[in-house]
Amino acid sequence: MSNKGNSKSKLLSLLTGIAGFAFVVVLTFLGLLAITFFIGRVVPIDPVLSVVGDRATQEQYDAARIAMGLDQPLWRQFLTYVADVARGDFGMSISTNRPVAEDLARVFPATLEMATLGIIIGVVLGVPTGVWAAAKQGTWVDQIIRVFALLGYSVPAFWLGLVGLAVFYAGLGWVAGPGRVDIYYEGLVDPISGVLLIDALLIGDTEVFWNALSHLVLPSLILGFFSLAYIARMTRSFMLDQLGQEFITTARVKGVSEWKVIWSHGFKPIRVPLITVIGLSYAALLEGSVMIETVFSWPGIGNYLTHALLNADMNAVLGATLVIGAVFIFINKISDVLYRVLDPRSKS
Amino acid sequence: MTTIDWLLADSPTSRLQANAGRAYRMLRALMRNPLAVIGGIIILTLIFAAAFAPWIAPESPLGQNLEARLLPPSADHWMGTDELGRDIFSRVVYGARITLVIVALVALISAPLGLIIGAVAGYFGGWTDKVLMGLTDVFLSMPKLILALAFVAALGPGIENAIIAIAITAWPAYARIARAETLTFRNSEFIAATRLLGASHSRIIVQHVLPLCTSSMIIRVTLDMAGIILTAAGLGFLGLGAQPPLPEWGAMISRGRTFILDQWWVATMPGFAIILVSLGFCFLGDGLRDVLDPKQGGKS
Repeated sequence: MSNKGNSKSKLLSLLTGIAGFAFVVVLTFLGLLAITFFIGRVVPIDPVLSVVGDRATQEQYDAARIAMGLDQPLWRQFLTYVADVARGDFGMSISTNRPVAEDLARVFPATLEMATLGIIIGVVLGVPTGVWAAAKQGTWVDQIIRVFALLGYSVPAFWLGLVGLAVFYAGLGWVAGPGRVDIYYEGLVDPISGVLLIDALLIGDTEVFWNALSHLVLPSLILGFFSLAYIARMTRSFMLDQLGQEFITTARVKGVSEWKVIWSHGFKPIRVPLITVIGLSYAALLEGSVMIETVFSWPGIGNYLTHALLNADMNAVLGATLVIGAVFIFINKISDVLYRVLDPRSKS
Repeated sequence: MTTIDWLLADSPTSRLQANAGRAYRMLRALMRNPLAVIGGIIILTLIFAAAFAPWIAPESPLGQNLEARLLPPSADHWMGTDELGRDIFSRVVYGARITLVIVALVALISAPLGLIIGAVAGYFGGWTDKVLMGLTDVFLSMPKLILALAFVAALGPGIENAIIAIAITAWPAYARIARAETLTFRNSEFIAATRLLGASHSRIIVQHVLPLCTSSMIIRVTLDMAGIILTAAGLGFLGLGAQPPLPEWGAMISRGRTFILDQWWVATMPGFAIILVSLGFCFLGDGLRDVLDPKQGGKS
C-alpha cells in the first residue's frame, strides 16, 4: 500500500519535473527569440529606411512600413515573428538572394563537422591532462598544465588560426590551407549528410576524404585546444575534490595501487559532472567556430554570419544568431538532463 | 608599535584598522603565489603603458611613413612596421589605452548591474527572485559572442557599441554570484537587527548586502577580464569594434592578416600583447580566488 503510494508520488514528481523543465526550455527559447526580435526591430534607428533606402518617397516608405507589419503593436509583431520562425521562415538574405533558412541548412553541417572533431580532440586530450594535473597537484607538472590551460583562456582564436596557417600551411606545408577542400576537389562529392568526411567515405572517394581531412585538421586542433583548456581545468578541480575524500585515503591505506586509486576510485564519480562540462564546451565550440571559420574561410555558419554582418544583411545575421543560440541552449539543457538522470545523488 | 603590528593587531580599534589589516594579510597571501605576482606585474605594466604611452612609445601611433613600410623587427622598430610604415611597438603601447578603457567600462557597467539584480533577487526572494533569475538564466544560456555580434550589427560598428554589446552579455554571471552570496546571509541576525532599527530595504541592500558580495565579484570580474579582452579583440578583428586608424589590437591583427605569410610580424605582435594581458588577468584572478575563497580553489 505504502509502496504503491510511493511510486505514485515518484511518478508525479517525475512529471512535474519534466513539466518544469519543459517550461524552462520554452521560456529560454522565447527569451532568445525576444532578444533577436529586439535586435532586429527595436535597436536599428529605422528598419524601414534600411530596406527602402533614404531616397524613397513617403508613399513607398509607408507601403514598406505596412508590408513589414511595423504599424502593428509591438506584441503582435513579436507573435508574427515567433510564428514565422516556428515555420522555419527567417526571411530572405539580401546578400545571397535565397531564404536564410535554406542557406543555414546548407552551411550548418560544415560547422558541425569541425566542432565535433574539435570536441573529440578536447575530450581525448583534456580529460587525462586534468587527471594528471590533479594527481600531481602542486608540482611543476601541475603548474605547467595550469599555465597551458590558462593560455586557452587568453589566446585569441583568430590569432592562433592565422599563426597556425602561417606555420603549418605556408611554412611547413604539413596541412592544407583555408577552405574545406582543394579547389579541384570542389563539388566532386554531392552532399548526402553534408558532412564531407562522411559523404566522401560513403561514396568511397578516399582522395577527397584525405584532402578534406588535411583541411580540417588545423582548425579542429585549434578549436580542440580551447575545449581542452576548459575540460582539463574542470577535470582537475573535480578530481581534487574526489582525491581529498576519505574513501581515497582508505583505498590508499589498503594498499590499492595509485593508478587504480586515481582511475577507478577517483575518476569514476566525476564522470557525470564531466558530461555537463563536455556538453558546455561543445556548445562553446559552436560559438568559437565563428572566429576560426572566418580565418580559415570555412564555409560554415560562422563564416556565413560574419559575411552577413559585413553586408548588413540583418535577416541572415538574426537567423544565424537564432540557430547558433538554439543549438547552444539545446546542448546546454541536454547536458543538464543527462546530469540529473545519471547522477544517483540527484535522484533523492 | 610598528605599522606592521598595527596592521596585524588581533583586536583592531577602528574599522579602518580592521580593513587595512585584512587587505595587508590578503596582499601577503597573494604575494606568496608566484603566478598571481606575475599577473599583478603584467597588469601594472598595462596600466603604466596606458598612462605614459606618449613617453614610452618611440613614435606616434598614427604617423605614417611610407618609406618604412613593412620593415621586419629591428633595433629601430622593435616589432617592425606595418603597411603604412607605422611603428608597431608604438601602436601596441597606445593600444593598451583602448584595451584598458574597454575592460574598465565593461566592468563598470556590467558588474554593478549584475550585483544589484542578484542582490535584489536574493534579498527579496519569492516572485522577485523567480522573475529576475529567470531573466538571468535566459541570458546566461545564450552564446555571448554571438549575441554581442548581433548587437553590434544592429547598433553599428564602433568602440562604444562594442563596449555596450559586451556589457549586455556579461552581467548575468555576476547576478548569479551576487544572488548566491546574498542567500547565505539574508536571514542572518545582523540583517534582522538593521531591519529592526528601521532601515529601509534599499538601505540594507546598498549598505549591508552589496559590500559583502564584492569580494567574490572582484574575483569573478578579474577572471572574466580575459574573456572581455578576447571578445573586444574579436569584434575589432571582424571590423565591428574599434575602427581604423585606432591602434586596437584586434583590428591591428585584422590588418596584418593580408601579410601573414610574408610579413608575419604585422599580425603576430599585437596578438602577443593580447595574450600577455589576458594571461595576466587570468593569473591574478586565479591567485585572488585562492586567497579570498580558499575552499573554491581550482574551480571556475
